[in-house]
Amino acid sequence: MGLEILIVDDEVEFAEAFAERLQLRGFTAHIAFNGEQALRILDESAVKIMVLDLKMPGMDGLEVLRRVKKSHPGVEVIMLSGHGSEMDEAYGRNLGAFAYLRKPADIGDILEAVKKAEKLLAGRAV
Amino acid sequence: MMEKHYYTSLTRNMTLIVIVVSFTPLILIAGLIGYYFETSYREKVMEHLHELVEKHQQLINSFLDEKLSYIKVLADSYTYDELTDEIFLQNKLVILQNAYSGVFVDLGVVNSAGVQISYAGSLKLLNADYSKAEWFREAIKRDYYLTDVFLGLRRTPHFIISVKKRRGDTEWLLRATIDFVAFNSLVEQIHIGKTGSAFIVNSAGELQTRPGVELAPNITSLLSRISWARMAGAGNAEAVGSSSDEVKTSSSGSNVISGIVKSRNGNIIYILMPLKSGEWTLAYLQDQADAFAEVNRARVIALAIFIFGCLAIVLVALFISGKVVGQIKRADLEKEMMNEQVIEAGKLASIGELAAGIAHEINNPVAIMVEEAGWMEDLLEEQELQQSKNVDEFSRSLKQIGIQGVRCKEITHKLLSFARKTDPVQHEIQVNDTIEEILSLCGERSKFNNIRVQTELDRRLPLISASPTEMQQVFMNLINNAIDAIGSGGGLLEIRSRVEGDKVVVDIADTGHGISKSVMARIFDPFFTTKPVGKGTGLGLSICYGIIKKLGGNLTVDSSVGLGTTFHVNIPIHGGKS
Repeated sequence: MGLEILIVDDEVEFAEAFAERLQLRGFTAHIAFNGEQALRILDESAVKIMVLDLKMPGMDGLEVLRRVKKSHPGVEVIMLSGHGSEMDEAYGRNLGAFAYLRKPADIGDILEAVKKAEKLLAGRAV
Repeated sequence: MMEKHYYTSLTRNMTLIVIVVSFTPLILIAGLIGYYFETSYREKVMEHLHELVEKHQQLINSFLDEKLSYIKVLADSYTYDELTDEIFLQNKLVILQNAYSGVFVDLGVVNSAGVQISYAGSLKLLNADYSKAEWFREAIKRDYYLTDVFLGLRRTPHFIISVKKRRGDTEWLLRATIDFVAFNSLVEQIHIGKTGSAFIVNSAGELQTRPGVELAPNITSLLSRISWARMAGAGNAEAVGSSSDEVKTSSSGSNVISGIVKSRNGNIIYILMPLKSGEWTLAYLQDQADAFAEVNRARVIALAIFIFGCLAIVLVALFISGKVVGQIKRADLEKEMMNEQVIEAGKLASIGELAAGIAHEINNPVAIMVEEAGWMEDLLEEQELQQSKNVDEFSRSLKQIGIQGVRCKEITHKLLSFARKTDPVQHEIQVNDTIEEILSLCGERSKFNNIRVQTELDRRLPLISASPTEMQQVFMNLINNAIDAIGSGGGLLEIRSRVEGDKVVVDIADTGHGISKSVMARIFDPFFTTKPVGKGTGLGLSICYGIIKKLGGNLTVDSSVGLGTTFHVNIPIHGGKS
């Protein structure tokens, strides 16, 4: 069982393709299509890394980030958005996002960010 | 057309208001003062003339009285016998002539039969018979008598003073002849202005002295109708009888009549006063135009000033209203232009927003495509697919999808930065490179306008943290403005970069038309532009200012009209943004 990663994106096709690619690389990928679902999954699983879209119906990415940081401070969040403005990025980083990537992002860039987060988590565990 | 009519009527109304407001008091004051001035001046002139004529009336009266009293004294002082002695009489005449040079022409003693029994004088009138003469018949009835002027025996104009004395039962007269010339000069002395002159008429209207002017017929008829004796009795103005249209009597009393007579050469003022207890009339005539010459001249001057003033008011009214309406027109035009610019800017903003929205929306499907392609690439790694002969082709195609996906991302990013909705990412950038990049873009334009471009870039310039597109925008705007300012006449565009303290400073100097003070105050205001409608949005410099300020820097300008303008860009080396 690899590292558990939660993908939060309302674009079903994107989330599924992305999840499959992660799984192919040995990760355990969870998918949530909205904020509520994401928070529930966080409660029920041992997810430590989250890839979060910004623009979603209902609770938006920044709101999810705020709640996650409150209820699960140990979870590292990588933001991935097609709409990112500098303001959003600054806001996200202020709220404790670990990294900020723009769609469409290369899988390599994402994996690099995941690895960095993993290292950070490992350091914290010790 | 409608607009033109509006401004024309505005100009007309303003002009009319100014003219009416200025004219009304001017006309009222001019009319009022003119009327009162003229009336009082006329009264004054008439009063003055009255006084003058009265003085002469007294003078003439006293002249006559004096002469009469001398003869009286002569008659009283000496006896009939003494006076009939010709040598004695000659002696007395010499004394009188010495005392009153030339006034007394001769002396004579006439007996009751009308025969001059004694005579002293230059003429041979001894024993002359006056019994048929009218003056003798009158004189013998009275104690003393002054005749009218007549030709008499000597056929020259003269008049006689006679005094009656009694010797026993018979009466005799002492008579003296008064020289007409001497008497005439007394009246001729009254000479005022160009046309004012005086003369004396008797009760029949016959002239007693030579008038200085030719008399109009209606004056002659007026003079013949005068009767002072009747007036003294009636005591009112009816002395002149029926005053016709041509003769206006304005003032009269028991001893003066004055008024205005119409004649061919204009109106004539007349003043009449009694002489010799009303037997004679002293008449004074003067052309009205001459008497009131001063007031007429004043009227001409006042009229000239009035006309000139009116003309000036009209001109000023036209000028001022034209100018004010011109200003209103300009302000209206400016407002209209402003509105157009606001609409234009609004349009641009909504297009930008739309573009930004589209860019966002495109990113998601592109991300899915890239992700799916990546998934396929992952799957291609599987053993069985690796054996397919087209595996390389697949792999190349999928990579191409990935590359094009990134290209899409870049395009949408550019669109976003154009829309200025998102603040593009900051990078470490070399300002010199940005400047050179922009200069290469503007090269053709500056060459076309004969502009020499000189750069003096500090090669050791440190990197600054800023958005490359924003920096491009700043320098693009400033350099384009400089080229516009120089225009097609050619000039010099200098760009210098250097380090000053902890700041990178770039000067962009042109030799263009410069910026006037009024424009300078608003130069960084959004939507302010000096370019014609449709040529500039008025946003360029305000955006530059915003960008530089955001970086913690400053944008300043020095300019002198006609010489050129220099913009100074200050950017902190260690970015103002955390």
